[in-house]
Amino acid sequence: MAVCIAVIAKENYPLYIRSVPSQNELKFHYTVHTSLDVVEEKVSAVGKSLADQRELYLGLLYPTEDYKVYGYVTNSKVKFVIVVDSSNTSLRDNEIRSMFRKLHNSFTDVMCNPFYNPGDPIQSKAFNGIVSGMMVQTG
Amino acid sequence: MADDSLFEFLHMEIVSHIFNEQQSRKGELDNKDRAACISLLEAMGFRVGQGLIERLTRDTPSFKDELDIMKFICKDFWTKVFRRQVDNLRTNHQGTYVLQDNKFSLLTQFSGGKQYLDQAPKYLAFSCGVVRGALSNLGLESVVTAEVSIMPSCKFQVVIQKL
Repeated sequence: MAVCIAVIAKENYPLYIRSVPSQNELKFHYTVHTSLDVVEEKVSAVGKSLADQRELYLGLLYPTEDYKVYGYVTNSKVKFVIVVDSSNTSLRDNEIRSMFRKLHNSFTDVMCNPFYNPGDPIQSKAFNGIVSGMMVQTG
Repeated sequence: MADDSLFEFLHMEIVSHIFNEQQSRKGELDNKDRAACISLLEAMGFRVGQGLIERLTRDTPSFKDELDIMKFICKDFWTKVFRRQVDNLRTNHQGTYVLQDNKFSLLTQFSGGKQYLDQAPKYLAFSCGVVRGALSNLGLESVVTAEVSIMPSCKFQVVIQKL
């Protein structure tokens, strides 16, 4: 269960960012912003090692004392960032991967929606639903 | 199966609708009006290309370089969209690529030679837009033009804009 989920466009501005409302949202915005540097580093590092297959899932970007940040980049350079609570140690890599896959599928559907202009903030109810399903349930 | 012809019919209708609407509004079509219709078709293709590439590259690993992207367009993308692969890809390794398709699916129904050659560009605008949209979403800004010398073979020229 994620604490914060963000979708960032190719030009590095957020298309969608949603966090668990009880906590300080600004802190998550800041975390996501700083994680972009790590994403860039990983993306450019993979470019140099041509031997291995380039994967879209970037894995754990960096851990802090409170939470862990995971990243995923699509072929259209749209980045997904998921922040999970560190205390929730039961979350395995596979589960994070499947969360990213669901996000990617949902994002693809948003992209194919003719009423959506690429680059606009995402306002799709279906996308919201998928994200709600992945966030920590409060209350 | 009838699936293939569904899009071909829709495409033919889109092209004729846009041109007929412009004609009924302006009367006689001069070159500027024709160019406006073609850019409208190209813009439609652009948006479609963006959405399509998002769906088609969902599970593919990221691309190594420009040439890798062009090869993907020539093989997988062309197969999914036009049901065949590009026959010939040429490049000058400086950002210009020429994709040659000897039996372009949107032109096969027109003629087998030189008849209706002057009508062909109208029907290629949408496809140029699709390619441009696909490349744009993959991170390459480009200019895509198409030319036909003998139906149904056509050449798409892609010039990558270096920023």
